[in-house]
Formats: sequence, structure tokens, C-alpha cells
Amino acid sequence: MHKGKLFLRTIVARAYPRIIGANREKSWIFFDTFLPLLATSAYVFFYRAIHAPEEYIGLVVVGGAMTAYWLNVLWSMSSQLYWDKEAGNLALYIAAPTSMMAILLGMAVGGLVMTTMRAVAIIAAGWLLFDVQFSFAYWEVLLLTFVITMAALYGMGMLFASLFLLFGREAWHISNLLQEPIYLVSGFYFPVKALGFWIAAAASLIPLTLGLDAMRQLLFPGHPTFGFLSVKIEIGVLAGLALIFIVLSKFALDYLEKLARQQGRLTERRR
Amino acid sequence: MSGVNRAFLSFRVATWLGWQIESNWTDPFLFFVYSIIKPVTSVMILVVMYWVITRTDTTSPYFAYMYLGNAAYIYVGSILVGVSWAVIDDREHYQTLKYIYVSPIKFYFYLLGRGMARFLTGTLSVVITMGFGLLVLRLPIRLGEIDWPLFAVSMILGLANLALMGLLLGAATLQMARHFWSVGESVAGALYLLCGAVFPIDVLPAWLRLLGYLLPPTYWLELLRRAVLGSEVSLAISPSLAGLGDGQLFLILLGATLLNGVVSIYFFRWSEHRAREKGLLDMTTHY
Repeated sequence: MHKGKLFLRTIVARAYPRIIGANREKSWIFFDTFLPLLATSAYVFFYRAIHAPEEYIGLVVVGGAMTAYWLNVLWSMSSQLYWDKEAGNLALYIAAPTSMMAILLGMAVGGLVMTTMRAVAIIAAGWLLFDVQFSFAYWEVLLLTFVITMAALYGMGMLFASLFLLFGREAWHISNLLQEPIYLVSGFYFPVKALGFWIAAAASLIPLTLGLDAMRQLLFPGHPTFGFLSVKIEIGVLAGLALIFIVLSKFALDYLEKLARQQGRLTERRR
Repeated sequence: MSGVNRAFLSFRVATWLGWQIESNWTDPFLFFVYSIIKPVTSVMILVVMYWVITRTDTTSPYFAYMYLGNAAYIYVGSILVGVSWAVIDDREHYQTLKYIYVSPIKFYFYLLGRGMARFLTGTLSVVITMGFGLLVLRLPIRLGEIDWPLFAVSMILGLANLALMGLLLGAATLQMARHFWSVGESVAGALYLLCGAVFPIDVLPAWLRLLGYLLPPTYWLELLRRAVLGSEVSLAISPSLAGLGDGQLFLILLGATLLNGVVSIYFFRWSEHRAREKGLLDMTTHY
């Protein structure tokens, strides 16, 4: 089979169980939207308790929706090869006559579709429950920002997938550890510039930091105080990050595959 | 061996096992760093949110009210979720639940012991969080002014209540083949929202506040705040609970704990019996 065709078919094949599997069992919708909505609502009421301006409610709702992507990247991308090893699939992936990159891309596409449904549900709930007023005046730029942010974010997830596998049984704890600290430094629930220029700049290595900041500037254009950098610069940096992460993930996967074949221990299941 | 001895032994061994699982995945230094980073960054999210809006210092009573609730809530995540996670860990991840179950232990106390291990790691996080608050953020808490007897009693009752709620969740988890990963977190998330962990429940809409009144941790957190910050502070911030005296709050918490104890025993027995009947003890779903 032609290499390009095989690559595309692998993406479809790996995305398929994620999308179709979720459609076969719809009860996930309740858990996957209800759970993040609880935390988001708690932060909304916290802002209300300290008499924050109403636009901060919108800021929290957008941040809450984006947590879905971060959790998906952590648990369903970065940790996925580790889970696959535990379930015995990793050895099959490596032995299969296809690209590991395509397998991870398929995972990303499947996860992205599912997570977008979840994020949309949180945004809709925020709009209905808390009367958040979004502006879609710049929807084209918003869409572009979202797509580039996701490319960079899932590129990072693909890179992490290889790295986490090398960490072995610490992967679970690393994923766990990368939740609250990232919510803090990326400004999921407050404008990231509140942390000061240098911390915000360092946190910009995580694509959601700038992606979230740019999307908030576009969704709430009446509140320029939210922004860390201009939207143009943020989109440019995100595009650069996307490229870097995808290239690095290719190197990491090649290294991983080599290690798996040479040492034969990477796919070993040991609890 | 008598039933009491066996129960105690099950509890003790499970505590040791739980501690090993929680702490031996890395070297002690990394474990310590991990134990610091998670709780401190978690509370820092609220600190920055508070600072962004109020621009005031962190010595205001409201800040201490929020901070204390958030620190105590760490126990909800560790104990309540921890007990139900023990079922998932042993059944799905390590696939040892069937072996543990057939060994001569009391399964109810085994799960309580696993909760105890999470209590120990949770205590480490609470101590670090409060230490950070007192030393770095200068929380307006004077150790000499704390009502220690009220603090101790409310802590014992509150933690017992959480452990019993955890057993109820653990029993429910035993019956589940899907979404068991989310159960503990869903309940913990609901408690964070409804019990006024970081804001007074007066802020909630009336129908949600009503649910908050039905949950024992609401009264536990209020008692803790009154013990640590003084009744005047807590009453001024949360008027909806001001009508209840310390004694009434204590009795409500005591009653809820006893009720939870009775319900957890019967529900656990039923769940255990059903799990044996349906072969759920060695079920692995890879879900």
C-alpha cells in the first residue's frame, strides 16, 4: 500500500474507536460535562462571592471549557501509550507495518472531536446558567486561533506520549501533577498577565496559555485588560510551537521505536 | 482470632499497604516535592483569583475563611475519593481484589485502612497548605486563639463522616462496570460546590443552598471555621448558618455521622453480597 494512504488509513483507524465507541455509549456525556462544570461553577460562585465584575464569569467559563482539552491531552494522549502498554496494545502498535506518528495523530483527532463536544457543552451550560455574553464579531480569527492552539497542544501531547512511556510507572503521577500547576501558570481561571510578564512568558510554552488568552481577547473584546500579548503575536508564537512540538514528537517516537526493538523491554507489562 | 482483632489487623495492614502504594512510586525527595506542589498550586489559583479582584492583602478575614475551607477540603479529595479508588486500584489496575477478598480479612475495615493511608498523605498536604498560608501569606490566624477542643471534635467527626461516605462510594463502585473513574471526583466536585468549601453557601441560588444544607461537610467546615477563626468572623461571612449555635452544628454532624455509619454498614453488606453473586469482585473492564 502507498505510504501516504497507509498513513491516512491508520489515522482513521485509530480515531474510529474513540469517536464511534463514544457514540455507542452516550452516558459519558453526563460525566464528561457534569464533572468539569462543577469545578467551573465553584469558581464562578467564588468570583461572585468576592464581587468580581461579570466578565470574569465568562473568563472562568472559557477556562473551564479549555480544561477539557488539557485533561484530554494529559490522560488520553500523554498517558495513552502507557495505558496501551498495560493493556498489551503497544507491542502490536510497534510491530504493525505503519507509522507510530499516524497512530498518535489518530488518537489526537479522535480525542479532539470528543473533547470539543465536551467543551461546547460547558460553554453552552455557562451561557445558559450564568448568562455569559460572548462576542463572535471576530469568529474567523477565533477559529484560526483555536485550530492553531489545538495543533500545538496535541503536538505537545504526542511528544509527551513518548516521554511518559519512558517514565514508566511514574507516568500516572506526572499526569496527576500536571493538572493544578498548569491551571495556575496558564491562567485557566484568571488573566495570565496577573502572574507578571516573566511567569506568563515562561508559561507560554504550554500552548493553552496563549491560546486561552487570545480566545478570551476575541470573545470579550470590550475588556482589553484581559490580554497578555496582542492576538497577532500570540497566534504567531502558537504556530511556532505547533511546528516545534510536532517535529520533536517525530524524533521522540523514532527513538522510542528504536529502543523498543533494541531492548525489548519497553513493551513489557510490569505492575 | 476474634472479630475485633481481625478488624484491627485488616485496618492496620491496609493502612501500611495504602501508604506503600501512595509513596513508594518514587524516591522520598520527589514524593515530598510532589506533596508540596499539588496543594500549594491548587490554593494559589484561588489566591491569585482573590488578588486579581480585591487587590487587598491576604490578612482579611474573608481570605482566611476561603483559605481554611480549601485546605480542609483536601481531606474530601483524599479520604472520600481514596476509599472508592482503592476498589478501582485493586480490581482494575493491580487485579488483586479477588486475592485480598479471599484472604482472612474484614473487607470493610480493609477499605477503611486504605482510606487511612490517604488520610496520612492528605494530612501532609493540609499541613503544607496551612504552613504556606501562615508563613508566606500571613493568614490572620492566631494559634493561641483557636478553640482547640471544638477543633478536635469537629475534625474527628468530620473525618469519620468522610470515611463513611467513602465506604458508601466504595460499595457503589464495586457494582459499577462503567464510569467508576468519575464517581469519586463527581461527588468531591459536588461537595466543593455545595458545601461552601471556598465561599459561603449564601452565594448559591436557593435551590442549591438547600442541597448544601443536606450535606454533613457543610456543618463540618462551618464548625472548623468557627473553631479557628472565631464565631464572629464566620457568622458575619455566612449569615445563613448564623442561626445555628456551635452545639447545634455539633449535634447535626454527630447525627449525620451515626446515620452514615449505619447506612454504610448495611449498604456495604448488600453490595458485597451482590458482588459475590454476580462475580464482580474479579471483574476487569479496561474501561
